[in-house]
Amino acid sequence: MNLSRKWLNEFVKVDVPDREFAEAMTLSGSKVEGVTVEGAEISRVVVGRVLSLVRHPNSDHMWICQVDAGQGQPIQIVTGAQNVKENDLVPVALDGSTLPGGKEIHAGQLRGEDSNGMLCSFAELGLDQRDFPAAYADGIWILSDDPELDGLTVGQDIREAVGLDDHVVEFEITPNRPDCLSVIGLAREASATFDKPCNLHEPAVKGGGPGALPELLDVETPAADLVPRYTARMVRGVKIAPSPKWMRERLRAMGVRPINNIVDITNYVMLEYGQPMHAFDYRYVNGGKIIVRRAEEGEKLTTLDGKEHTLTANHLVIADEGRAVGLAGIMGGLNSEIVADTADVVFESACFDGTCIRKGALALGMRTEASAKFEKGLDPLNTLPAVNRACELVELLGAGEVVDGVIDILNNVPQPTVLTVEPDKINALLGTDISGIEMFKIFEKLDFVNAGDQAVNPNCFTVSVPSYRGDVRRMADLAEEVARFHGYNNIPTTLMRGQTTQGGYSPVQKLENKLGGLCRTCGYSEIITYSFISPTAYDKILWGKEDFHRKSFRILNPLGEDTSIMRTTTLPSMLEVLGRNWNNRSKAAWLYELGRIYMPGGEDGLAMEAQILTLGAYGNGMDFFTMKGAVEALLKGIRARDVRFEPCTEDPSYHPGRCAYVYSGADIVGVFGQIHPLAAQNFGVDGELYCAELSFDELLMAQGPDPEYAPLPKYPPITRDIAVVCGEEVSVGALEAAIRRGAKGLLKEVSLFDIYRGKNLGEGKKSVAFNLVLRADDRSLTSEEADQDVKSILEALERDCGAVLR
Amino acid sequence: MKEQLAKIRAEALSAFESVKDAAALDELRVKYLGKKGELTAVLKQMGKLSAEERPAMGQLANEVRAALEGALDAASQKMEAAALELKLKAETVDVTIPGRQVQVGRRHPMNTALDEIKEIFIGMGFTVLDGPEIELAELNFDRLNAEEGHPSRDWSDTFYFDEDSRVMLRSQTSPMQVRAMDSMPLPIRIIAPGRVYRKDEVDATHSPMFHQVEGMVIDKNVTMADLKGTLNLLAEELFGKGTVTRFRPHHFPFTEPSCEMDVQCHKCGGAGCPTCKGEGWIELLGAGMIHPRVLEMAGIDPEEWSGWAFGMGLERTALRRFKIADMRLIFENDIRFLEQF
Repeated sequence: MNLSRKWLNEFVKVDVPDREFAEAMTLSGSKVEGVTVEGAEISRVVVGRVLSLVRHPNSDHMWICQVDAGQGQPIQIVTGAQNVKENDLVPVALDGSTLPGGKEIHAGQLRGEDSNGMLCSFAELGLDQRDFPAAYADGIWILSDDPELDGLTVGQDIREAVGLDDHVVEFEITPNRPDCLSVIGLAREASATFDKPCNLHEPAVKGGGPGALPELLDVETPAADLVPRYTARMVRGVKIAPSPKWMRERLRAMGVRPINNIVDITNYVMLEYGQPMHAFDYRYVNGGKIIVRRAEEGEKLTTLDGKEHTLTANHLVIADEGRAVGLAGIMGGLNSEIVADTADVVFESACFDGTCIRKGALALGMRTEASAKFEKGLDPLNTLPAVNRACELVELLGAGEVVDGVIDILNNVPQPTVLTVEPDKINALLGTDISGIEMFKIFEKLDFVNAGDQAVNPNCFTVSVPSYRGDVRRMADLAEEVARFHGYNNIPTTLMRGQTTQGGYSPVQKLENKLGGLCRTCGYSEIITYSFISPTAYDKILWGKEDFHRKSFRILNPLGEDTSIMRTTTLPSMLEVLGRNWNNRSKAAWLYELGRIYMPGGEDGLAMEAQILTLGAYGNGMDFFTMKGAVEALLKGIRARDVRFEPCTEDPSYHPGRCAYVYSGADIVGVFGQIHPLAAQNFGVDGELYCAELSFDELLMAQGPDPEYAPLPKYPPITRDIAVVCGEEVSVGALEAAIRRGAKGLLKEVSLFDIYRGKNLGEGKKSVAFNLVLRADDRSLTSEEADQDVKSILEALERDCGAVLR
Repeated sequence: MKEQLAKIRAEALSAFESVKDAAALDELRVKYLGKKGELTAVLKQMGKLSAEERPAMGQLANEVRAALEGALDAASQKMEAAALELKLKAETVDVTIPGRQVQVGRRHPMNTALDEIKEIFIGMGFTVLDGPEIELAELNFDRLNAEEGHPSRDWSDTFYFDEDSRVMLRSQTSPMQVRAMDSMPLPIRIIAPGRVYRKDEVDATHSPMFHQVEGMVIDKNVTMADLKGTLNLLAEELFGKGTVTRFRPHHFPFTEPSCEMDVQCHKCGGAGCPTCKGEGWIELLGAGMIHPRVLEMAGIDPEEWSGWAFGMGLERTALRRFKIADMRLIFENDIRFLEQF
C-alpha cells in the first residue's frame, strides 16, 4: 500500500521528516518498507521564460533561445524542438542538472553555438501523457499552454511547479488490517501514532439530478449470503473528460494511472476509503435492474481486460435481467464499460463475502486490486460514505448530475462489538504496569471510546470496537492495541520464572549428533539436499519400472517436475551433489547427509518419515574398503552389536560385485559399495563413486549399551601367524568365522594380513594369512597351550572351509 | 716414583684434554689406565718402597688414578655430546613442509547456526522436538487459527498432496506447537527445528525448502516481557553481547499480540546501509503471545495458562552469521564452500 504524504496531510497534519515518520509508523504497527520522493532524480530544473529565439546559423532545424531562468541574466540554450515560441514558460534543465534515468545536462556547444542547458519535454521529466493530457507530446513542454498549471514563476523548481514533489510511503499492511489499505485508515493510525487530530470529512452531495432513483434502478440480491451490503447511486448527464490535475497527481503518487474523470473517481475513492467501487454504463443495464446472483454453470462473461471467462456457480456476478455485466468484486464486464459517450452511470459500492471473492478470483487467475481488498473482509459500514464521496467528487468535478437517493440493501451488517477492558489482565499478559487511565487514553485515540467520557472506571471499562476493526474480538486483541501505542519497546524485558523444566536432547537426537560427529571424524563433510526430487531420479539410479519403492508422495502443485516427488531414497540427492562437485573439477568430495525419506503409509494419510545416513564420496583414495572402513568406524563408534557384512548383488544402483549389506544381528542396517557405473554416468560422472545408505532407525536399534570398563590384561599374549590355502570362493569372512569357531577360548584377536595368489598354489586357489592373538586372563600361556588352540583352529578351517595350512 | 706419577698425571690429563675421537680415547685409556698401562706399571714398583713411604705413595697413586678416571669420563661425555649434536643436526627437517594430511569433515554452516540456537535454549530448560514435514493442513493452519481463506493456504503458496488440500508440506514449523500441546504435559518449553516448504522460486534469498526453528513456552503467568527477555538473550548469544534489538507490532494468526524482532544492522550500526536496505534494522524473527483461541483448541484454558512462541528462519541467520551472500550456496553443497566452515 502506497501513501501520498500530501494526501495524508489533508486528514492529519504530520510534518516530521520521512525517516522519523517511517520509524514511528513502523513501531506502532504499520510497517514501512520504503519512502520514494517524487522527482528525486531531478535537480536544477526550473521554470524558464523564452525571451527570444533565432535560427541556428549552422542548422536547418535548431533554434538558439535566450531564456530567463531566474539566474539574474538570460542564458542561451540551443534546442531542436519546433514548438517553442517567444514568451513561453518551459522547463529548463540548467548546467549541471540531473534528469530521471541518471541523465546529466552540462553546458556545451551545439554546432558551434553555446548551449548552457536544455529545454525539456514532459517525458524527459519522467512524466506521461496521462499525467498531463493537455501537454504536447512531441516537443518541449509548454507549461504556459496548460491552464491547469497556474501560479508559475520564473526560476521556480519544476517539481514544485508541476506538482511532482510528493513523498510516497510504501507500507506492508498485514492481512488482519484491511482498513489500513486506504488513506483514511492510515490517517487514523497516523493520528493515534503522532497524537494529532484526524479531521475526517463527511461527504456532502447536492443531488438534484433528473429522474427518481426508484424508477430508474432496482437492485436485487438473491445471493444475499454472499452480499452483506449493496449500495448504489446514479449520476446522469455525465461528461467524460480527463480528471483535474490535483486528482491525477494523487493517483500518480499512489501508483494508479489516470484514465478519465469517472474511472478516476472510482479509483480515488477506493484509495481514500479502501472501498472498491465500480461504475457501469446505465444504458447497458437492461431493464434498469441489477441482480447480484451466483453465476450459472458455464455462463460466459468478458471482463474489462478483454478476456472471456467461463463461470461456475461459485462465482458471484452482477447481472441485469438478461446477462452478467460484471464479476462481483473482481472486475467489471466489457459490455458495460464506461466509454467516451457514456451518459448515465451507476456507482456500485458493495460489500461482498471475502472467501467467495478470493476463490472466484483464484479460480480465474485474476487477482485484482478490488478482489485483493474484498478477500480480506471489508467493513460493511464503509459502502455508504464511499458512494457519497464518489457523488460528491462528481459534483466537484462537474462530471455529471447526481440523482437523489441511495439504493442500500443491508443483508448482514453486524452490530458493534462491545468488549470489557480489564487493565489487570492486560498487564498480566504483557508483563507491564500500565494504568487504566493510560489504557483509556489509547482507546480514546483509536475511537474505541467516546472522547470526554468522564464516568469511566479505570479498573474496568467497556469499549465499542469500530466497525472497520473486525480484527479486535477479545482481550488479547485489546492488549495488542495497548501494547502498540504504549510501545512494544517500552515493555520491560524479564527472564522466565516459573517451574523449572528439564531440557536437553532425547536419545534419538544424541545418536544423530554422535553419528554426525563420527562422519566428520572419518573425513566426510555434511550436506543438505532438497527433500523433493524429479520422478526421473528413480530411473537415473536404475530402479526397475515396477520397483515398489517408486511409490512416492507426489506434490500436486510443484514448482516444477524436478521437485515434484518426495524422495523415497536419498541416493539420487547424494549422487547429484557428487556429480556437481565432480563437474566442478573438485579432486575429491567425501560427503554425508542425515536426511529423511518419505514413505507412503503413515498415520492419518501422512508419510512414514525415516532418516537415512547417507555417505557418498570419490577421490583422495576412495575405494570399496575405504568406504567400508568408514561404515565400520561408524558402527564401532556406536558400539553396534553383532555386525557382519554380506555381498549384495541385487541392488540395481550398485556395482553387483562391489556392494555389501551391513547386518547387525538378523537386521539389515544398510547397504554400501560402488555406485553402478551406468548410474554414475547418469549423474555426469565417468569415475568411481562410493555410497553408503544406513537406516537411522536400524542404527538406533543396533546401538550397544554404554561401555563398561574391562580390566587391562595382566598376562602377556602369544601371537601366531597362520596362512591357509583355500578355494577362491571361500570368503575371508567365512575363514574368520571358522577360526573363531575353532578357538577354545584363548583367542582374543584375529586379523587378516595378507592374501596371496600364485601359480604355485594352483588355479582357483588363494592363500590367506591371519595374525592370531591368544591370551589367558589368569596366567601366562605356555607355548603348548597356544599350539593346542591353533591346532583346533586349523582343524576347523579345514573342516568348514577346506582350507589347509600352507 | 713420585716424579713418575706426576709425569703420568700431567701427560695423561693433557692427552685426554686434546683427544679427538672415541678410538684415540680408548687407546689413551689402555695406555694410562689399562692392566698393562703406565699407571699400573708404576704401581707395581710399590713393593720396592719402604713401609714408611708406602702409605703416602699409595695415596698419591690413588689420587692420580682418580684424576685420570675423572678426566677420561669428562672427555668421553664431551665426545658423546658432540656426537649427539652432530646426529641431531643431521636430522633437521624443513618445518615448512606441509603436515601429512588428515581429512576432517565439516559441519554444514546452516546446522552450525542451528546447533548454537539449540544449545542456547537447552540451557534454558527447553526440549528439542522433531515432527513430520508432510503434515495435515488441519495442524499447519486450522489449529493455528489460520482459517479457510487465509492467503497462505492458497495453492500458489503451499504444496499439497491431495485435491482436498488436506495433506501438505508444512509451510512452517508452527504445527509443532500444536503437536506439543496435544502430547506434552504442562508446563511446556520446546524448540522444534526443521525443514519447511513454500512455493518460492529459487533465488539469492529464497528457496522452496528452507529451515525454521520454532520455540514455545506455556506456563502460568508467562508474559510478553518474558518473551522479549528470552529473545534478547537469543540475539546476544547469536550476535554478541550488547546486540541492540527492537520489537515491532506484526500479525500472525496464532499469536496475539504479535511482533517481529529486528536486530540493529551490524554493518552500519543503525544508520542505514545497503545491507539493511537503508532501514538500520534487520528482521530476525516473528513471535508473540499464543492466541487464546489456539490454546482453547488444544484444550488449554487461556485464563489459567499463557504462553509465547517464536519462529525464525535458519538460512538467513546462517547467511548473516557467516556473511554468505547467496542462499543457493546452502543447497548446492559445493565442497569448496563446505570446507570453508
